[in-house]
Amino acid sequence: MQKKTKETAPSGREVIRTLAGSIREFKGASVATPIIVTGEVVMEVAIPFVTAQLINSIQAGASLSEMLPYAGVLVAMALASLTFGIGAGITCSQASCGLAMNLRHDVFAAVQRFSFANIDQFSSSSLVTRLTTDVTNVQLAYMMVIRTAIRCPLLLLAGIVMAFIMAGPLALVFVVIVPVLGFGLYKVVRTVHPIFRSVFHKYDALNESIEENVTGMRDVKSYVRQDYEKERFGRAAQDVCADFTRAEKILALNTPMMNFAVYAVFAVTLQFGSYLIISSQGTTLNVGQLSALTTYGFMILMALMMVSMVFAMITMAQESAERICEVLTTEPTIKNPAHPETEMRDGSIDFDNVTFKYSEKAEHRALAEIDLHIKSGETIGIMGGTGSAKTSLVNLISRLYDVTEGSVKVGGVDVRDYDLEFLRNNVAVVLQKNVLFSGTIKENLRWGNPDATYDELVEVCKLAQADEFIQQLPKKYDYYIEQGGTNVSGGQKQRLCIARALLKHPKVLILDDSTSAVDTKTDALIREGMRSYLPETTKIIIAQRTSSVADADRILVLDNGHVAGLGTHEELMESCPFYRDTYLAQNRTSLDDEAGAEKDEKDEKGAPAASAAPAKGGEA
Amino acid sequence: MSSNTHRGRAPKSMGKTALRVLRMMRGFYPVMLPAVACCILVQCIVQAMPNVFMERALTVVGQTWESGDWATAQPQVLANAAILAALYFASLICNAVWQQCMAIITQGSLKKFRCLMFDHMQDLPIRYFDTHQHGDVMSYYTNDIDAMRQMIAQSLPQLFLTMLMLCSVGCIMLWYSLPLTLVVVAGAAVMALLGKTLAGRSAKNFLRTQRAVAAVEGLVEEVMNGEKVVKVFSHERQIEAAFDELNDEFREAACTANSYANTLMPILMNSGNLLYVIVAVAIGVLLVVGAPNPSLSGMGLTIAVGVPFLNMTKQFAAQIGQISNQVNAVVMGLAGAERIFELLDEPVEQDEGYVELVACTIDRDGTVRECDRRSGDWAGQWAWKHPHQADGTVTYTPLAGDVRLFDVDFAYEPGHTVLHDVSLYAKPGQKVAFVGATGAGKTTITNLLNRFYDIEDGKIRYDGININKIKKPHLRHSLGVVLQDVNLFTGTVMDNIRYGRLDATDEECVAAARLAGADDFIRRLPDGYDTMLTDNGTNLSQGQRQLLSIARAAVADPPVMVLDEATSSIDTRTEAIVQRGMDALMAGRTTFVIAHRLSTVRNSDVIIVLDHGRIIERGTHEELIAKRGTYYQLYTGAFELE
Repeated sequence: MQKKTKETAPSGREVIRTLAGSIREFKGASVATPIIVTGEVVMEVAIPFVTAQLINSIQAGASLSEMLPYAGVLVAMALASLTFGIGAGITCSQASCGLAMNLRHDVFAAVQRFSFANIDQFSSSSLVTRLTTDVTNVQLAYMMVIRTAIRCPLLLLAGIVMAFIMAGPLALVFVVIVPVLGFGLYKVVRTVHPIFRSVFHKYDALNESIEENVTGMRDVKSYVRQDYEKERFGRAAQDVCADFTRAEKILALNTPMMNFAVYAVFAVTLQFGSYLIISSQGTTLNVGQLSALTTYGFMILMALMMVSMVFAMITMAQESAERICEVLTTEPTIKNPAHPETEMRDGSIDFDNVTFKYSEKAEHRALAEIDLHIKSGETIGIMGGTGSAKTSLVNLISRLYDVTEGSVKVGGVDVRDYDLEFLRNNVAVVLQKNVLFSGTIKENLRWGNPDATYDELVEVCKLAQADEFIQQLPKKYDYYIEQGGTNVSGGQKQRLCIARALLKHPKVLILDDSTSAVDTKTDALIREGMRSYLPETTKIIIAQRTSSVADADRILVLDNGHVAGLGTHEELMESCPFYRDTYLAQNRTSLDDEAGAEKDEKDEKGAPAASAAPAKGGEA
Repeated sequence: MSSNTHRGRAPKSMGKTALRVLRMMRGFYPVMLPAVACCILVQCIVQAMPNVFMERALTVVGQTWESGDWATAQPQVLANAAILAALYFASLICNAVWQQCMAIITQGSLKKFRCLMFDHMQDLPIRYFDTHQHGDVMSYYTNDIDAMRQMIAQSLPQLFLTMLMLCSVGCIMLWYSLPLTLVVVAGAAVMALLGKTLAGRSAKNFLRTQRAVAAVEGLVEEVMNGEKVVKVFSHERQIEAAFDELNDEFREAACTANSYANTLMPILMNSGNLLYVIVAVAIGVLLVVGAPNPSLSGMGLTIAVGVPFLNMTKQFAAQIGQISNQVNAVVMGLAGAERIFELLDEPVEQDEGYVELVACTIDRDGTVRECDRRSGDWAGQWAWKHPHQADGTVTYTPLAGDVRLFDVDFAYEPGHTVLHDVSLYAKPGQKVAFVGATGAGKTTITNLLNRFYDIEDGKIRYDGININKIKKPHLRHSLGVVLQDVNLFTGTVMDNIRYGRLDATDEECVAAARLAGADDFIRRLPDGYDTMLTDNGTNLSQGQRQLLSIARAAVADPPVMVLDEATSSIDTRTEAIVQRGMDALMAGRTTFVIAHRLSTVRNSDVIIVLDHGRIIERGTHEELIAKRGTYYQLYTGAFELE
């Protein structure tokens, strides 16, 4: 995936333009910050200047009446500087936190506009990183930039100018030392950056291996591999540690370098400063100015240090900015048409010569030249092995993906002409990889219809065979479902997902392997429920078990993107070897003994036995 | 993945935690850490000295500048400048040395903390992992270690340096003038108080921010993982509104926290400026009034003393700023350290076993003799070595694979018994199947056999030995477990198979793969057995991963197997292949099967039907079908099996 990022990496200017688009209402704070900072810098530069006057006044004999005006000015300046400082601190945090909020909003909103194809392109964990770590990196860099982009060059310039004004030729010492130090700092950042970049990948791998151990702890302990894992981890940790140490050692050169520069300036100033004062008898330079000079020296060097920090920060944030930008500039591959259709005649579905590939460039055709016509209200079962494109086929109906060639029509209208939200509200899909969200059962169900009454909720749950277990939960319909639905079983989750889809009263209902964890009896009851509750609705059922589709009006058998059979159960038992084999394999164990025969009998009777209480007797 | 529930909490006992961190670091680097301290000490003393020499040079200048006689002043000025240069040089060396050492210490300590945590984690009981969210455990290694890094690398040395600087500069100030020093100290105290208040507010808000972050991250993770469902239900706008609400709260909290942090420096810096003016005026007043100047040196107050004194005032004030700046990092770092200690203080898994599994030869008359090498398969080659404490004798029992449960009661939490009075046996080579609805206690039994959990009452015997007496590693070596959730580790396919037995040769691994029916698909992988698996083998299908886990168990080759069948739906063909692999693995071993589909249990020697933790039926398939009880109902599909 990193590779992909590289290929499509937008240019630096584009990245900045895209990100700048998210400043919006925080433009004021963003512009105010450097302006206020400028005021702060002016004060910072002026203070030593006035201080020098103060010192000279002390030296000159220091009558308080001479000193106090200077002191007063200094106090006023310090207060002004304080005000500016506080102001800049607040505006800059408003600007940066605001930008971060807008970026998160924009990325989140962009993902909401994504099509399934777009989502496939980014992994969900990479989207999470973009929304969290990457935004934080950009935020920190932005805060640094608006605070220091003006401040540092200004301080640098002002410092040097003031030094020249005050000390004339002595200020040349800065002209020599600044480029030397600047070069040194630049070198350090440049050397360290690639090391950090590579070590962060190793660091991620290290954390992944921890996660592997946490989730796989049962295996580690079963195979008594604790010592092996400890040793393996120790080695990887040592490797990461060595790389980090190398980088940090280089980074640690910054301070001594900086100190060297300060010391050099200090020593030279003292040496030649003294000479200048004495030889010119205080006309070229006086003691106050000498003291101010050291202050400016320090100021100049700090500014340089700051520049190198900002530089480092920007390089760090660069990658993050690019990754955010990638999401923001990704065009949704599926968009609403200009004049969307918001009427749907009925639930008939027509596949006309449909070919589908997951990407333009892909060689493999997931679906090839499919012609399929489904009448409104019909129940269609779909079977086929792994990779036979069952899911790909149904995904085209609610326009989760667009066809590559041909067309898909619902109610006689091409799905690409419908309003997207309207289409999806009328074509309900229960996905194979389904998800419940943290919240109560009620809240989850109302995804299907926000205005559903309590009675309606109960009704659909009864149909989906979910009401019974919900009634046994502590708070019933107010039972809180944890993130990822971890506190309900797989079968319960599937039934809730079906109920949620039923609430939509769709024209077309698609169940993509949605009852795999539900027993056959309940499965049959759910299908029965759908038939009575939504008689007009076209129902498409993808399943692994033949029992789930045997009673459908027609069954479609797919093989590697082609239609391998279409017809009723009886017809396919005759004509389709795949279907027949699957049916026999699944029913062998239950057919070849008396229990199987018994079961068939029962099934035919309509099977009220399902509600029979489990035999509690016969305890051991 | 990460639920972050334990973030955003203030540290409870900072002092104790700080001491513990320091003690541990001293343990890690007994020489280097004091060396760093020495270097910092020297640097601080040296850094305070320039003021003295500046004073001396300026005195010379002050005496001679009116005459303009550079020639007389030169030697004195030069001498002072030379000493100054020498001191600078020393300071530079010290600085460079401790900075380099600190880079080593920081990363080294973090590594050691990581390894300590990881090693400790490996020894924790399974109960720990069952009762803690994985995201929380991960957060120790990521968030908390990060917080510690900041503290160790920057805050600790900085604080130490600052303290020393304050002391040394303070001493020199006293050398020159007591009254002025008092002025500076009083001013600094006010600044420190100001800094403390602000930093405290900032830290409080940063903790609040962390909670807001956790909320945003939780939603983001959930939505990004369920994005397709959001779209299918056209729920984009609602979810966006929910996100915006949390997002705005996060911004608000972060903005407040950052505002405090950002204004801290200007406030302290300008308080420093004000202090500077106050001292300057004080000097002026003292000079004008000509007040006595009590000092360590006994020097009177002159302009030559005044100028460096003002410099020192600046240095002193700057240090106060430094301390306040580090407070946040220290609070966060200690909070992280405290949580890390929480993990390190978790009690580890206990093992009082003393019976060992040893390699042996068995003579024809049945005498068991210990030997030290393993060859061939397990049968007749391993024995339990059982030392009897009472009489000091040792008995050997050949490893056979006979497992018996006697009246076993078990509860995950005291009071909530999930298994009642379970008794059963499996003779060597027999196959026992557990059947029952969700929550009947099937999977619990696996947890007991290999002692992931200890039973509350009753007894479990392996080859006639109470499993509590067997050393846990030895017990687990003698049991193979294939879990329904397959966990693969980063590494090659071969590495993953060899996980079962580290000294297995490549040929043995391939043979195991062939037995499991995995050889076929492995050979079709891009690099065959050398294909790298990452991210828990996501590049493999569910069925393929299951086959690998079977091969892994086959390589371990234990006499007793526990197979927890997969629940997830795999297509019929793959299921048949997996089933064949399982059957091959079961052949000739005592096997416990936890059945999620009934097609696999028919040929079991005994089928145990569990309901709410009790055995309600037992017998062969035919017997149970004839009985028309729960098994019959399950078999005909009336209940969910999961």
